[in-house]
Amino acid sequence: MRRAGAKGGWIGVSTTVTSGEAGQGNGPWEDLLIAVAENGDREAFSRLFRHFAPRIKTFMMRLGVSDAGAEELAQEAMMAVWRKAPSFDPARAGAGTWIFTIARNLRIDLLRREKRPEIDPNDPMLVRDPEPAVDDAMDAVQREAGVRRALAELPPEQAEVVSLSFYEDTPHAEIAARLMIPLGTVKSRLRLAMKRIRAQLGDLT
Amino acid sequence: MSTAASYHPPEELLLAYAAGSLDEATALLLATHLTFCPHCRAEVARMEAVGGGVLAELPPAQMGAGALAATLDRLGERPAKPAVRTLSPSFGLPAPLRAYIPEGEENLAWRRVGRGIEQVMIVTSRNVRARLQRVAPGVVMPTHTHEGNEMTLVLRGGYVDGTLDYGPGDVAIADNDITHTPAADPIEGCLCLAVTDAPLRLTSFFGRMLNPFLDL
Repeated sequence: MRRAGAKGGWIGVSTTVTSGEAGQGNGPWEDLLIAVAENGDREAFSRLFRHFAPRIKTFMMRLGVSDAGAEELAQEAMMAVWRKAPSFDPARAGAGTWIFTIARNLRIDLLRREKRPEIDPNDPMLVRDPEPAVDDAMDAVQREAGVRRALAELPPEQAEVVSLSFYEDTPHAEIAARLMIPLGTVKSRLRLAMKRIRAQLGDLT
Repeated sequence: MSTAASYHPPEELLLAYAAGSLDEATALLLATHLTFCPHCRAEVARMEAVGGGVLAELPPAQMGAGALAATLDRLGERPAKPAVRTLSPSFGLPAPLRAYIPEGEENLAWRRVGRGIEQVMIVTSRNVRARLQRVAPGVVMPTHTHEGNEMTLVLRGGYVDGTLDYGPGDVAIADNDITHTPAADPIEGCLCLAVTDAPLRLTSFFGRMLNPFLDL
């Protein structure tokens, strides 16, 4: 795990800074998470809270949760960020991606009362990649920044289905119904969007 | 275990898994496939980064006035180091699946549903069912078609369906347009995880006779 401060520390981070923009090494949000993990830094946690909690609340509301319920879930998510910070690994995911997966898992656990089946990185049965793809070798923080650039450049109709995929419980059928387009069109737009994102990351396979 | 899978789930299912919108039974099949498939793991990692990007672009909602103070009050002294997980014996099954059958494959209540075919239900969610199925070496499944969709993941051994050969980690999808007669590997047989959103319909005469008992 890389250490906090590799990119000049997080002090002076402003609310306009977006995670991952640093390009090389850790961005400010990664450093804040590491400060929480290593020092139980409550000021670092407060900065993370001010940025991410209001967005997690919006995320939950878009999934159909009431204002009060979404507020509670956003707080729960941030408490999970505090508890799980020691397992954050900036080599595997950027801070924004990692916090997204926490909010997502909370949604499955608390809203749907289902379990989230996941791989175990220590599973002896895990099949390793003999030749890692180009963007696997890429720094996770850089990858997060690259994905965001690609997202910003997607044609609007592709960006729309990608974004809706994250707010629907049965994504394809409901998105098709909402946009009044055939299901096949939703799927082809998603595939085109992911192809562009892969191309942006330099993996053209 | 060293060979990676050759047949993969469709991209939109990987995206639904990354987004957290899949039902639990299908998510179990995908997580199990991911254990076999570095290619799809990389794809899911990219899609989770997309999720992070989507979250970052959302307009922030107004939080209650005391939200941060209330959360700070509820935090523990400092985050605990992650506990070292002890792995249960693998029984030769991928971890996501093992979590559903801690007692091991041999101690499950296998039910015979046809000659050389046994199955056991693992999880049902939102009318989607995941079951383990094991087929004895060389056994050919009765010809059948599907009311809905069926997705099958090979865990051990394999099977041949027409000209296609499925081995460990491979995913096959059948819908109501497909009538097929898969045959289990003549030496190892086949252990697979199958997810269905509707019952199978058997089309051969023999199959129709069996249909009421199969409950596939």
